[in-house]
Amino acid sequence: MKRFNLLLASGLSGLMFSTGAFAAGEAISGAVEKQPINVTAIIMFLVFVAGTLGLTYWAASRTRSTSDFYTAGGGITGFQNGMAIAGDFMSAASFLGISGMIFGTGVDGLFYAAGFTIGWPLILFMIAERLRNLGRFTFADITSYRLDQTRIRSLSAFGALSVVLFYLVAQMVGAGKLIQLLFGLDYAYAVVLVGVLMVLYVTFGGMLATTWVQITKAILLLLGCTVMVGLALAYFGFNPSALIQSAIDNHPRKEAMLQPSATLADPLNAVSLGLALMCGAAGLPHILMRFFTVPDAVAARKSVFYATGFIAYFYILTITIGLAAVTIIGTNPAFFDAAGKLIGGGNMAAVHLAKALGGDAFLGFISAVAFATILAVVSGLALAGASAVSHDLYANVIMKGKATGAQEMRVSRIATFAIGALGIVLGLAFENQNIAFMVGLAFGVAASVNFPVLFLSIFWKNVTSRGAFIGGFLGLISAIAFVVLGPTVWVSLLHHEKPIFPYEQYALFSMTIAFVSIWFFSVTDKSARAAEDKAGFPEQFIRSETGLGAAAASDH
Amino acid sequence: MQPAYAKIAKDPRFADLVSKRNRFAVALSLIVLAVFSAFVFVAVALPGVFSARIDAGSAWTWGLIAGWLIQIFAFLITGVYTLRANGEFDPAIRSIIAEATK
Repeated sequence: MKRFNLLLASGLSGLMFSTGAFAAGEAISGAVEKQPINVTAIIMFLVFVAGTLGLTYWAASRTRSTSDFYTAGGGITGFQNGMAIAGDFMSAASFLGISGMIFGTGVDGLFYAAGFTIGWPLILFMIAERLRNLGRFTFADITSYRLDQTRIRSLSAFGALSVVLFYLVAQMVGAGKLIQLLFGLDYAYAVVLVGVLMVLYVTFGGMLATTWVQITKAILLLLGCTVMVGLALAYFGFNPSALIQSAIDNHPRKEAMLQPSATLADPLNAVSLGLALMCGAAGLPHILMRFFTVPDAVAARKSVFYATGFIAYFYILTITIGLAAVTIIGTNPAFFDAAGKLIGGGNMAAVHLAKALGGDAFLGFISAVAFATILAVVSGLALAGASAVSHDLYANVIMKGKATGAQEMRVSRIATFAIGALGIVLGLAFENQNIAFMVGLAFGVAASVNFPVLFLSIFWKNVTSRGAFIGGFLGLISAIAFVVLGPTVWVSLLHHEKPIFPYEQYALFSMTIAFVSIWFFSVTDKSARAAEDKAGFPEQFIRSETGLGAAAASDH
Repeated sequence: MQPAYAKIAKDPRFADLVSKRNRFAVALSLIVLAVFSAFVFVAVALPGVFSARIDAGSAWTWGLIAGWLIQIFAFLITGVYTLRANGEFDPAIRSIIAEATK
């Protein structure tokens, strides 16, 4: 039986797929065995859906202007936004993937957990408040602040849409497989259900509903994990040292689980992965747009502070869950099939632990939360994609800023609907395909197109439209080429003998290409437009540092 | 450039503040990168240290402790920046803006 790799259900941790640490060959690779229908899980999930639809109904009455739709009117508090950002990060993938990694391999899980968290202080110090000060609805507002609207906004909108689509398909397929495993329902039901709910949340409730769905899910997930860790500690008589000792004794690698495995030892892959995780996060449109939902830089900083706290707490719990599962699940034959493999695959350790510690009711709760997690992430993606179409492409590139708010809203709703339909169609089409590379692509495009253009347009006074456009475009081409010619697609999927591009992790290379070519094509640019681009920097700089003029962002 | 921006551009307090804030942000970023690199370096280059017990009677290893602490560290250092930026830098910025737009 081919097993589904739950990582797919991913949030930010998508890149883990291609590291080999999670058995990339098996990832999202084929059919999973449908489990018996789990009534408790379905009832709990329906309660969640009813609650979030109620939220959407409430949000719909407050979503009138474009600013309401894109940014919840800029009225989200720092604490709420922190919770929502943490929600985007605390994906089903990190929850199931990191605990599964500790369960299967050992302390490798610590490095991923640390890598995900450590990017946030850097985002805070470098870009959080500048994003808030410069942007209005989308990150393309920032990249095209002083650069050529047509070219740079199109490039950024295209970058945002590619990330959204790659990611959305991966999430859809993940949702379909997860629901077969956890709920015992058909794949197609799950995909259609996710698509329809996502369109309902976004079209009617806009950013306000999307944010509150994410907050609700974050609270449920933290609650579920806290209870699970509490029960696990109780199992070991509230003695953490006993929990750890028992994990070492019962782990397949014994003492070796305390040291990193060989997969982490290749420095080029490790550096490349680290870069992709940090810079990719700063190039994901659905994360970046969260900074426009708060009123000012003060709240933007607070959002990151709270988000980092929740994320850190979540990873501490997840690591503990993985360690506890080694003993409680690893020594219980009921959780293994005839071939001696963990039922449902290596990433199901946390789900089995829920059943072992809290019975069917708790298993139902955790399953429902895992599914709610996917729903919350796809809603954010759909909103980010719709904003790129309506605000960037339609209102600014096609209509040159002359579209009315009502026209822009109509386009954004049509776009949400189209993205939902496309997500469902592609989700159904890719059911039995190995699409792990799509998550890698989403991160690659975020780190090699969106991030370099965004970073240099904020910090480098000499960047020009030509440089940003050519450099961003080359970053895009190289990210796609490295994925297609690399081990994941060229060997695993197309069955060639050897990859043309040898590294699984390519961000180091594609990002270098993007940064160097933006630099080169900017410094050699002597056009009149280049002079205009540079002349716009002093004003942009003052706004990015002071926020003067940014208050208008929350006006209608 | 609009007049308010031009005034801020000439205000020496603005240049001071920006350089003070940038120095602070860069210093904290370097600390974060150093801590993370040290964590990875010790794990990969000195696995014996990483997996050593903190004392003979305990199952806790230095690596596990570090893995937990690095999470808490990330939270605390965002707190350090947020406190100083919201408490010291922002009021200064507001007074510079108030003067430039009056």
